[in-house]
Amino acid sequence: MSDNQLTKHFQDQIDQEVKIEPKDWMPEGYRQMLIRQISQHAHSEVIGMLPEGNWISRAPSLRRKVALLAKVQDEAGHGLYLYSAAETLGIDRDELIAQLHQGKAKYSSIFNYPSLTWADMGAIGWLVDGAAIMNQVMLTRTSYGPYARAMVRICKEESFHQRQGYEILLTLVRGSEDQKAMAQDSLNRWWWPALMMFGPNDEDSVHTQQSMAWKIKRKTNDELRQQFIDATVPQADYLGLKVPDPDLKWNDERGHYDFGPIDWDEFWQVVKGYGPCNRQRMRDHIAAHEEGAWVREAALAYAEKRAARLETAVA
Amino acid sequence: MTHQQALFEYALRLGDNALILGQRLSEWCGHGPVLEQDIALTNIALDQVGQARSWLTYAGEIEGKGRSEDDLAYHREQREFRNVLLVEQPNQDWAYTMIRQFLFDAFNFYLHEQLTGSRDQTIAAIAAKSLKEITYHLRYSSEWVIRLGDGTDLSHRKMQTALDDLWIYSGELTQVTPLDAFMAEEELGADLDRLRPRYEEKVREVLEEATLSAPNLPYHQQGGKEGRHSEHLGHILAVMQSVQRAYPGQKW
Repeated sequence: MSDNQLTKHFQDQIDQEVKIEPKDWMPEGYRQMLIRQISQHAHSEVIGMLPEGNWISRAPSLRRKVALLAKVQDEAGHGLYLYSAAETLGIDRDELIAQLHQGKAKYSSIFNYPSLTWADMGAIGWLVDGAAIMNQVMLTRTSYGPYARAMVRICKEESFHQRQGYEILLTLVRGSEDQKAMAQDSLNRWWWPALMMFGPNDEDSVHTQQSMAWKIKRKTNDELRQQFIDATVPQADYLGLKVPDPDLKWNDERGHYDFGPIDWDEFWQVVKGYGPCNRQRMRDHIAAHEEGAWVREAALAYAEKRAARLETAVA
Repeated sequence: MTHQQALFEYALRLGDNALILGQRLSEWCGHGPVLEQDIALTNIALDQVGQARSWLTYAGEIEGKGRSEDDLAYHREQREFRNVLLVEQPNQDWAYTMIRQFLFDAFNFYLHEQLTGSRDQTIAAIAAKSLKEITYHLRYSSEWVIRLGDGTDLSHRKMQTALDDLWIYSGELTQVTPLDAFMAEEELGADLDRLRPRYEEKVREVLEEATLSAPNLPYHQQGGKEGRHSEHLGHILAVMQSVQRAYPGQKW
């Protein structure tokens, strides 16, 4: 088949909702877009361990400590499935991590915000995982098979994390005035960054159109953002917390909440590397990776020695 | 020492060992040398904190003053903690963490094996449940000690240094305090004199395969079991208890 025929066959498969599998022919642009997106997703899971890991040692009860440890561990697991999904596209994990450390690959900007109080463990679960779920539920139907399948498993765990986060806040708002204020402060700080997680407005999103044609994405950034706001505002009401947006109002005609303008200057500032924790997160990840180098090398050396000894023993 | 006091102190010690080690291990979460080991070590941290909850809950019940696992974890001073010195030593690097883990796991395995036969049914039950987890921990840490001891020259040096530094805390594990003597006598706790040779044999066997040599020390450090700790514990507790202490009496 000629390239044109291959491309047409590929698009036909996509249009007929047939999943693309690792050994199928695919346009280079599709492969690159997937590598970019899946690795960004994997890095987000792994860097996302840091702001929550920041509170494991201070979790205010043993039950909460265990739940938070398990949650951060789940994120490491998600990172692993996603790196594996990316590897089916012909790139290995070391290369992906090198791209992250060189600043060529990105991760979700939300993790460049600091986790300052215990309430942030609630807000991150509720809002950050909540926003991630909107995106990930859509991705369970993405056109690339290994990515879609990784998402099914991840979504189950994420929705559990979201409930866990919400329950942390529910406990706080039912507690003392101090605790309620801590919850409100946390919502104030995480609300807008959570809305930014869906990316730029559709007219400014460079990848959306092609991504939708290949059915990698099935909803636009603005559609997902609206869906998130509509789902989340009633949950804030139930907590008795105030969403920090004076323009937020239910619009009967649209059947959606109207909301105020997003500060895109802040969004781009953080994306470009000038957020509160960009340098810190990257430094921590690089340090762990470099400090682990001797361990990885020794494990490899030992495995080789062992294999050689076995061979000698057999011979 | 009354029967009740002894049981309370013993359950506290078991709980504190698990809690402080779990707290130390959880400091690794997100910083492991490779993602798979980050997950594995977090599993062990989860098991340790889980075991701590069982023991501290039981300690509170024995005491009968209505103290919960969290009251005991978050509202005691460091002098009231009963963990051995080994578990509060800093993580430093993967070598220290694995040597600490192995020395503790080897002891903890034989300890829990004996505790499954305790005349106290709750001790026997918690020990039986924990033993399954500890069996895995011991396999994991033994494998890492061997792999890194017999890995590269660098890993061997790092492991030997960690062993040299931590060995001084290993004697306390099987040191017989008056509490240990009482608990063994009553068949409630472990007989550490009976345990010691098996523990030493296991350590010897693994270190030999790892090509590491245990230092020959004339003295060992002890005191943790009686609440005399190293400088590290105060810092661990300052962090761990900070939220509870800043907002006393709240639900979280």
